[in-house]
Amino acid sequence: MMAAVGTWLDIGPTTQIEAGTARTLPVEGGEEIAVFHTMRGEFYALVNKCPHKAGPLSQGIVHGDTVSCPLHNWRISLRTGEAQGEDKGCTPTIPLKLDGGRIFLLREAVIAPAHAAAKSATTPARAA
Amino acid sequence: MNAQSGFAGPPKVKERLVVIGNGMAGCRAVEEILERDPGRYAVTIFGAEPRVNYNRIMLSPVLAGEKTFDEIVINGQDWYDDNGITLVGGDPVAGIDRKTRTIVSASGRVEPYDKLLIATGSDPFIIPIPGNDLPGVVTFRDLDDVDKMLAAAETGGDAVVIGGGLLGLEAAHGLSLRGMKVTVVHLMPTLMERQLDEAAGWLLRQELESRGQTILTGANTGVIHAVEGRVAGIELEDGTRVKADIVVMAAGIKPSTTLARQAGLDCERGIMVDDHMVTSDPDILAVGECVQHRGLCYGLVAPLWDMCRALADHLTDAPSGYEGSVTSTKLKVSGIDLFSAGDFSGGDECEDIVMRDAARGVYKRLVLKDDRIIGAVLYGDTADGNWYFDLLRKEEDVSDIREGLIFGQAFASGGALADPNAAVAALSDDAEICGCNGVSKGKVVQCITKGAHSLDAVRSTCKASASCGSCTGLVESLLSLTLGGEVETGPSTMCKCTSFTHDDVRRLIVEKGLREIPEVMQELHWTTPDGCSSCRPALNYYLLCAWPGQYVDDQKSRFVNERMHANIQKDGTYSVVPRMWGGLTNPRELRAIADVVEKYDAPMVKVTGGQRLDIFGIKKEDLPAVWADLNAAGMVSGHAYGKALRTVKTCVGSEWCRFGTQDSTGLGVKIEHMTWGSWMPHKFKIAVSGCPRNCAEATIKDFGIVCVDSGYELHIGGNGGIKVRATDFLCKVETEAQAMEHCAAFIQLYREDAHYLERTAPWLERKGLDWIKAQLFDDPETIGRLAARFRFSQQFSQDDPWAQRAAGDRKDLHSHLAQVRPLSMENA
Repeated sequence: MMAAVGTWLDIGPTTQIEAGTARTLPVEGGEEIAVFHTMRGEFYALVNKCPHKAGPLSQGIVHGDTVSCPLHNWRISLRTGEAQGEDKGCTPTIPLKLDGGRIFLLREAVIAPAHAAAKSATTPARAA
Repeated sequence: MNAQSGFAGPPKVKERLVVIGNGMAGCRAVEEILERDPGRYAVTIFGAEPRVNYNRIMLSPVLAGEKTFDEIVINGQDWYDDNGITLVGGDPVAGIDRKTRTIVSASGRVEPYDKLLIATGSDPFIIPIPGNDLPGVVTFRDLDDVDKMLAAAETGGDAVVIGGGLLGLEAAHGLSLRGMKVTVVHLMPTLMERQLDEAAGWLLRQELESRGQTILTGANTGVIHAVEGRVAGIELEDGTRVKADIVVMAAGIKPSTTLARQAGLDCERGIMVDDHMVTSDPDILAVGECVQHRGLCYGLVAPLWDMCRALADHLTDAPSGYEGSVTSTKLKVSGIDLFSAGDFSGGDECEDIVMRDAARGVYKRLVLKDDRIIGAVLYGDTADGNWYFDLLRKEEDVSDIREGLIFGQAFASGGALADPNAAVAALSDDAEICGCNGVSKGKVVQCITKGAHSLDAVRSTCKASASCGSCTGLVESLLSLTLGGEVETGPSTMCKCTSFTHDDVRRLIVEKGLREIPEVMQELHWTTPDGCSSCRPALNYYLLCAWPGQYVDDQKSRFVNERMHANIQKDGTYSVVPRMWGGLTNPRELRAIADVVEKYDAPMVKVTGGQRLDIFGIKKEDLPAVWADLNAAGMVSGHAYGKALRTVKTCVGSEWCRFGTQDSTGLGVKIEHMTWGSWMPHKFKIAVSGCPRNCAEATIKDFGIVCVDSGYELHIGGNGGIKVRATDFLCKVETEAQAMEHCAAFIQLYREDAHYLERTAPWLERKGLDWIKAQLFDDPETIGRLAARFRFSQQFSQDDPWAQRAAGDRKDLHSHLAQVRPLSMENA
């Protein structure tokens, strides 16, 4: 499913993120990550920064597979990190997988989000 | 393989095929082989259950009392006899010895094989919680489980089913029909979340609840309690307890791989097989739920038929190969039509086609990608499920029939009728358009030609589409057919998710008694599965306003500031404004604020335009602690972040001012105590000035009071924002009590009528001052009634949200998931 190879970092059970919300994961010396759980039960991870004015995407309203930034209402795709509609910009995504009810992030991408930005869109992970 | 088969001459010795598993996969595989080459193998089947082969997926109807065991038997004893198959029932296989090519059963029976087929299926997933092995805790896998459930149901009582997936809901349905009081406990927020989206899950939940089941979602079972060594109930992680005489574990299945692993075959989640169902040992094959093929394990029956065909082809030297299956699901609960297939999670390149028909309780959603159906969810009307599934599997290009696709095969395949307008044009004059009001096409057309040139006009004249709204599309087609391009468009819709206006939505919520966001979306035919960032907060407010004390606020439909009870700033930190009643403060409050500023290193404190203090630069993690400190000094949330009552600005009034005519400060404090905490369509500001000099700037507020010698002048609809607007004079009253009553009544009128995010100024200009006056004054009892409704709703909203958070509520909103330190591999 996931093309990415590397070490997977266990960040805890899926139950700690309510559907329709996101929670954050600060990275020492790196970019804070937002982990999203959509109403449809998918999980995504993105750098917690809107491409517009760096607003914390984790605090936005999650609808479908997008989040609306809390600062200026830009709509960002959780799959690709791309701004939707007329707006242009992209937030790096972090490869994520679910296994045994736990969330895993690709360690290499967590500590080097800029590197992960070069990778293509992530596939959604659905809760089991 | 068989050394003797190459020799010519006397009796050809059959190859020995041993099958582990007498279930659906094992027996189907044997059937397929017999069909191709009946004389090739001597077959021995080992089954753990002491009975013949039956249809496991029909256990649900057996539990529900709709079928008997005899009716679900696939192959009776005569099938085994007729085909020379040895059935070893009730004696499970205990080990495989690949060196000697034998298997040994639990009773010690040794059986040699030339080819071995593992069809062990899957095991129920037992949640690792205390009490999971108590008597009375059962799974739902075989007939013995059904018998245990039936025995429990004989005496009635309470049943808890853990797991709201396909299996769990079928178990719950059966137990419910057998007279038990059933509670379904489901970990995820949506029932059957793997097959259903939120909207369909909600409909299903409503239906099950109306049948008397209790459904708990987002519920994590923590422990199973016992009394006298037998199950007595469960306790959720949040402390909720549910009584139970029987607990059914239906939280999922896992491939049964123990035998294969012990024999050293390659296994991951399941037993690894190639496209011919061959394991890492060329003489051992595997099929069914125990296998993992191209990375996938299946828990449904349909893939099994394809696997068995490929397996039989291989074992009879005509290899074909299995390429994986696309699966579809139907829920076997009588009276509930539910179908799901493919991928309906959506995505950038995907398009949704959604149709909702509230009157019939129908929800249909098709997910298209590159002009092909990739997913379908149908609830209430599954007649076209198979057709959609067919299109999905064949990956057919549906661009030619796209317009009519959602209406089903009959409609979409009608050639020219695939264009909805053409389809409507082709209808006869007496064809019914609006089922709710019995309006024919002829009548609608007649009413349009007589001058009803808009949807609203049609609705108000002949009533077509005025009730459930499901025929709106048809009426719109008739409008454009009849008028050409001259259709008048009405007021703009609430957002792109709906064809209804704010007014429609507000009215219908009350008329139809809609009580939850998913219910509104279903009944009013929302075209998106879960709305957008425009309609979700609006619906949340409308429901909150319509059902005070009953509606549970949906935090995830709140803008960040209202969810965090603070104002987000450009750097992602928050500002905190404690309430200062009427702009008054005291040393204790000021000290507490000063302490917070120092303790949390707030970089700035500012006096606001609303006569209070704003503390900037607080991190989301620190908010609860800041609030605890402010609470301790007696301060509560100032709601500076909300579409809510903000401030009541005052001047010092008659107590100090030489011009003051009334106690404006005292009245301001009283009004703020009456109004604080109330949610509004938009922010709402009040001011009380003690004399016409108007130092509190009451004439640019939403509600302003200017005190005069003879009483109180009341002003409404002012705004000091982007577009400055001075208030309109509403009326003059004589007493403080009257001023407060009018204030409450005006606020409630605004709350009940305005559109979400509409300030009082544009609302007043849209409705007109005369309309507002008429609403308030035409009937002398209206003011009292509005004010009473406001006070009623206030008893539920004057609960300091800061205190709740400071006490530990919604910790997840204020804490990080974890901390990553890249230099170590661990996450803290």
